[in-house]
Amino acid sequence: MASMPIAVDRAEKFEKVVSILDRHSRRPSGLIPILQAIQHEYQYLPEEVLTYVATSLDVPPARVFGVATFYAHFALEPKGKHVIRICDGTACHVKQSIPVLNALHQKLGTSEKNKTTADMLFTIETVACLGACGLAPVVVIDEQVYGQITPERAVALVDEIKAQEAMPTASAAEQLSAEERHV
Amino acid sequence: MSNTEVLTFAPGNGNGISTHAQVRRVILCAGTGCMANGAMKVYEQFKSEIASAGLRVILELRAEAAGDEIRLSKSGCQGFCQMGPLVSVVPDGILYTKVRAEDVAEIVRETLTSGQVVERLLYKDPATRQSCRGLEDNPFYARQDRLVLSECGFLDPEDIHEYILHGGYRAAKKAFVEMTPEEICKTILDSGLRGRGGGGFPTGRKWEAARIQNSTKKYVICNGDEGDPGAFMNRSVMEGNPHSVIEGLMIAARAIGANETLVYVRAEYPLAVERMRHAVAAAEQEGILGKNVFGTGLSMKCEVMEGAGAFVCGEETAMIASIEGQRGMPRPKPPFPAQSGLWGKPTIINNVETLAHVSRILNVGPDVFKSIGTPDSPGTKTFALTGHVSNTGLVEVPFGTTLREIVYNIGGGVTDDAGKIWKTGFKAVQIGGPSGGCLTEDHLDLPLAYESLRSVGAMVGSGGLVAMNQGTCMVSIARFFMEFTQRESCGKCVLCREGTRQLLALLDDVIEGRADQNTLDLLEKLGHAVQVGSLCGLGKTAPNPVLSTMRYFREEYEEHVFEKRCRTGRCKALLSPEINQVKCKGCGVCIKACPTGAISGEKKQPHSINPELCIKCGACATACKIHAVEGI
Repeated sequence: MASMPIAVDRAEKFEKVVSILDRHSRRPSGLIPILQAIQHEYQYLPEEVLTYVATSLDVPPARVFGVATFYAHFALEPKGKHVIRICDGTACHVKQSIPVLNALHQKLGTSEKNKTTADMLFTIETVACLGACGLAPVVVIDEQVYGQITPERAVALVDEIKAQEAMPTASAAEQLSAEERHV
Repeated sequence: MSNTEVLTFAPGNGNGISTHAQVRRVILCAGTGCMANGAMKVYEQFKSEIASAGLRVILELRAEAAGDEIRLSKSGCQGFCQMGPLVSVVPDGILYTKVRAEDVAEIVRETLTSGQVVERLLYKDPATRQSCRGLEDNPFYARQDRLVLSECGFLDPEDIHEYILHGGYRAAKKAFVEMTPEEICKTILDSGLRGRGGGGFPTGRKWEAARIQNSTKKYVICNGDEGDPGAFMNRSVMEGNPHSVIEGLMIAARAIGANETLVYVRAEYPLAVERMRHAVAAAEQEGILGKNVFGTGLSMKCEVMEGAGAFVCGEETAMIASIEGQRGMPRPKPPFPAQSGLWGKPTIINNVETLAHVSRILNVGPDVFKSIGTPDSPGTKTFALTGHVSNTGLVEVPFGTTLREIVYNIGGGVTDDAGKIWKTGFKAVQIGGPSGGCLTEDHLDLPLAYESLRSVGAMVGSGGLVAMNQGTCMVSIARFFMEFTQRESCGKCVLCREGTRQLLALLDDVIEGRADQNTLDLLEKLGHAVQVGSLCGLGKTAPNPVLSTMRYFREEYEEHVFEKRCRTGRCKALLSPEINQVKCKGCGVCIKACPTGAISGEKKQPHSINPELCIKCGACATACKIHAVEGI
């Protein structure tokens, strides 16, 4: 699989997009659910896919890019394998979420501008509110919610993931599928 | 329905559902909060422990149940997230908090087999140190009036039959079979129900405006785009009682003559999206949604759409644009959506909590609904109480309840940063999120309602209540909200786009010590300008947190500006760390700790800090064992 010719790989990529477009009957009104499905597939919105979507829906690329850049959930750049989201809603903020964010940035060498680590393992984001205010401050790592977090515990969680990643037992197939998503 | 005898729903008695005496029921809270704390592990553990204790576990609701059966079910958010995972045992009326998988065996042995209470898992009131057995003696619950939330903590949100058995969809049936659209609108208008999403517009008037439109196609949208940081009541209702939202939507649709409805859920709430979708599918399967609703020949469709992360989409016209696949930008009103909304057709948009009230109004009548609350703001409102209070969570109380009752009696009092009770620690409550304002000690006895809050420069908003202790810097809080609205401004109106940016820069000047009298004047002037010069609610209310903190905490702003001092020490730039020359023993620990080499001094002689090099990181203060570093 890994040695698959690039041309075939590209065709496969657009095949997925085609099936997503078909599922939404190629209606421009379904642009947001279409982009959500594409992002779900690729983890981000590759530029050539967006232009392809525009052509398929018969709308100007500017319209598609306009929507893709408007909403916070759409990413135009690939994200790391593990996405860490730090809640900075009011409740989390007054309960000191920023020190948690700073500790993670320091740990991973990331910053507000540079959200993803060079090895593409981690992306750090802040979100306005996850609605789990009773547990403030909250951090979400790959959809798993961790409540009442401290800078120390957040760093420990990152260490745990790093340790798991370093283990050779992670099946090659799993790794491959993760890589494929970042085409 | 013949099955209704098996379970009788008795809201208000605290137990929620009481079953036949012999059938015990274990209810696990499966809201986002409890799930994060490991509720699913506890659930699995219960399944195996109950079975190995020789009791039979039933996961599905059935009419016939034998004496040795235990019904194990998940519920939606019970609103006491901080104490999760929560486990209730009914009819015993026991509420266990912070239950771990290791505790399950003991609960099965003591409570389910012998009827005893496991004392150590009960909630302890931090004020009185008394253990609370269940909801009746738990101050957090006992002082609330849970109407919308009552079913949230007890019904299995993934089991439509349970909702139906407890009287669900009865109001929808009544609306379709027995009532005319005019009658429905009138009933809602008579009840005085007002929009729970923020504005407080009378729901009945909105419906009537859409009903009288002459159009074959109309839409009803449920606004589940709960974007206010610090508010999560809509998430809880969608997760805990999704069918109440669908029923409200159906009644609204019937009232205005629509046959298509849509629930727009915020993307940050994946569990709510999943539960809503599940509920819609179940309602379709039962024939409640579909081609021939209640045999009337009318059709009803419901779709669930996930938002894509834009706060402004909570605004009606922006939400419509988003559903149409556009950038979520608001447009001028009129025409109001009730006249021309989604795809140019008459559309009403109601908040989740508003819709959740609707079926009850039809069931009990407008007079019973109006019997609590204030004349102008009838009924109950759910507040999300968070921040520096002992009990955080969802609080449903009648309008007119005082802030003191919520913060001190239900919330259990103000705490310090470590979570310990701080008797004199109350500073302010921020209400209504980034659109709202601050309430101070002077407002503790103000009855919370739409008008009373507006009169003091705040608003109900979606109902976020963030309590703040004396250690909170009000200028920083204003900056926090301004940063949020600045980031979320869609950019359409110049005053909102550029104005919020400038307001934020001015607040930074205050916090970082560059401000003077002009800064304060400009903040106020620009704040008012942004309010007037913006199209939608976001911009119109964006300056509220700044203006409200300037109104009530003026002296704190002035300290920052004229004395270059922050009384809480949160504003780092205003700190000037100094080494107390008397206390310092000259041990050199701080010299090693300083990352910039700003500290110098001979051994055993008092050290000093070079302010030119100091970056005010506080490393020296942390390192110094005898607390000789002051002012940081």
